[in-house]
Amino acid sequence: MSRHLMIHCIAFGLSACLAAAQPALRVEPAQPQGSQALAEQTRSGVISDYLSAWQSMGSALEQNRPELLDRDFVGSAKDELSSTIAQQASLGMRSRYRDDAHDIRFVFYSPDGLSIELTDDAEYEFQVYARDKLQAAQRMHARYVVILTPGAARWSVRVLQASPQE
Amino acid sequence: MRRGFLFLMTGFALTIANLALAQEQSITVPKSIEAGSAFSVQCAGSGEGTLYIVGPGQVLRRQVQRGATATFPAGSLTHAGRYLAILSPSQSPPDAGSNPVSSFDVVPAAQPAKMSFLARPSRLPVDIHNAITGAVYLFDAYQNLILTPLPVSFELTNPSGAVQKRSVVTRDGAAWTAMDSSAHEGTDRFIATTGEVSSTRAVVQVTGDACNLRMNVAPADGKLLVQTDPVRDCSGNAVPDGTIVTFTEAIHDEKTTVDVPLKRGIAKVEMPAVRDATLTVASGVSLGNQVRWEK
Repeated sequence: MSRHLMIHCIAFGLSACLAAAQPALRVEPAQPQGSQALAEQTRSGVISDYLSAWQSMGSALEQNRPELLDRDFVGSAKDELSSTIAQQASLGMRSRYRDDAHDIRFVFYSPDGLSIELTDDAEYEFQVYARDKLQAAQRMHARYVVILTPGAARWSVRVLQASPQE
Repeated sequence: MRRGFLFLMTGFALTIANLALAQEQSITVPKSIEAGSAFSVQCAGSGEGTLYIVGPGQVLRRQVQRGATATFPAGSLTHAGRYLAILSPSQSPPDAGSNPVSSFDVVPAAQPAKMSFLARPSRLPVDIHNAITGAVYLFDAYQNLILTPLPVSFELTNPSGAVQKRSVVTRDGAAWTAMDSSAHEGTDRFIATTGEVSSTRAVVQVTGDACNLRMNVAPADGKLLVQTDPVRDCSGNAVPDGTIVTFTEAIHDEKTTVDVPLKRGIAKVEMPAVRDATLTVASGVSLGNQVRWEK
C-alpha cells in the first residue's frame, strides 16, 4: 500500500515538474489575413512545432551545438542562430533561454499555404555565461515575429525576430 | 532608542552607497538602434571592464575603459532583435546580481533591399477568377523582416499588354493579392514592386477544357466518318493537339469506344455504320453533342 502510494507520489511529482517546465500558452482565436482559412489541425501543428523550436534554440545556445537547430530551423533563422553559436563558442560564452509564457497570434497565412506568420509576446528568462560564470540573468518580455514554412513532416522556423513592443 | 537610530542610519548609508555604486557602474545604451548603424555605449565608473552584447542574432565582446564611451562602427550589429548589454568588471569575480545590464532593440533598416515573392500557380488554365496569388515579405539589406507598413504594387501583364494592378500595404512585413487569369493563353509577367526593389515571376496560362464540343457524321465507303469541329475552350483558345477526344458508338447494349488525339485542332475517326447507332463525343470533363444514325 505504502509502496503504491510512494509510486503515485513520485509520478505526481514528476508530472508536476514536467507541467511546471511547460511555458504558459495563450493563442488568439482570430483568423489570419490571407485568402484561405487556417485549419485547426494546421494551427495546432504550427504551435507545437514553434514551441519545440524554442526548446531547440535554448538547448543549442546553452550547449553551443548548432546541429540541435536542424530539426526546427531553416533559412535565415538557422543561419543567424548558427552564427551566434559560433561567436559564443569562440568567445567562451553561452546563453540560456527559458521560455515562461507565449501569447501567440496568427497574422498571415499565405494563399499558397507555403508560409505562416505569427506574432508571439514571449516572456523568458535570459542568462548569459562567460567562461562558465554567470554574467547576467534578466527576465525579458519581447514581441517576436515568426515566419514558418512547411517541411516534410513539420513546420520549420524561417524567421524569428524580436521587435520593440507596440 | 539610540541603538535603533544607529541601526537605521547604517542601513540608510548602505543603501545610499549601493545606489551610488550602481550609478557608478551603470551603462547607457540607446533604447533602439537601426540594424547596421553605428552606435555607442557609455560605461560609467573607473577601471577596465568587459562589455558583452548578447542576443539570439549576434554576440559581441569588447574590452572597455570605464568612464569612457565604447563606440561600435556601422555594420557591428546587423540582426534585428532584443539584446542585452552587460558590463563585467575585469578583476573581481562576476556576480550576476551586480553587473550592470541594459536591454535594447536592434530594429530593421527602413529601406527594403530584398523581397521574397511567392507567386502561385506557375501554370493554370485561362479565365479563372482570383486564381493567381502573390505574397511578398520585405527584408532589409541584412535579411531582417521590415515590420513598418510599406506599399507594395502588384502587376500582372499578359502578352497582349493588358495589365491588372493592385496596391497593397504590408502588415507585419507581409502583403498579398489575388488576380484573375487572362482570357488568352500565353505567359504573363507577374511583378511585385516596392521602392527600388522588384521581383518578377512568369505565370503560364494554358487553354482550358474543351467547350461546346461538336461533331459531324457522314457516310464514307460503308462506314461513318466522325469528325469534330475545331476544338476550343470556353474563351475561344484552340485546345492543343494531342488532347484526347473520346468517340463512343452505342448499338443496342453494345458500346464501342475510340480515343483519338487532336490533330490540327480536330479529331476524326471511322466507325461502323449500323442502323440506330448512337454516337457521342467527349473530351476530359466536356461532353459534346449526340448523333443517332438512322439510315
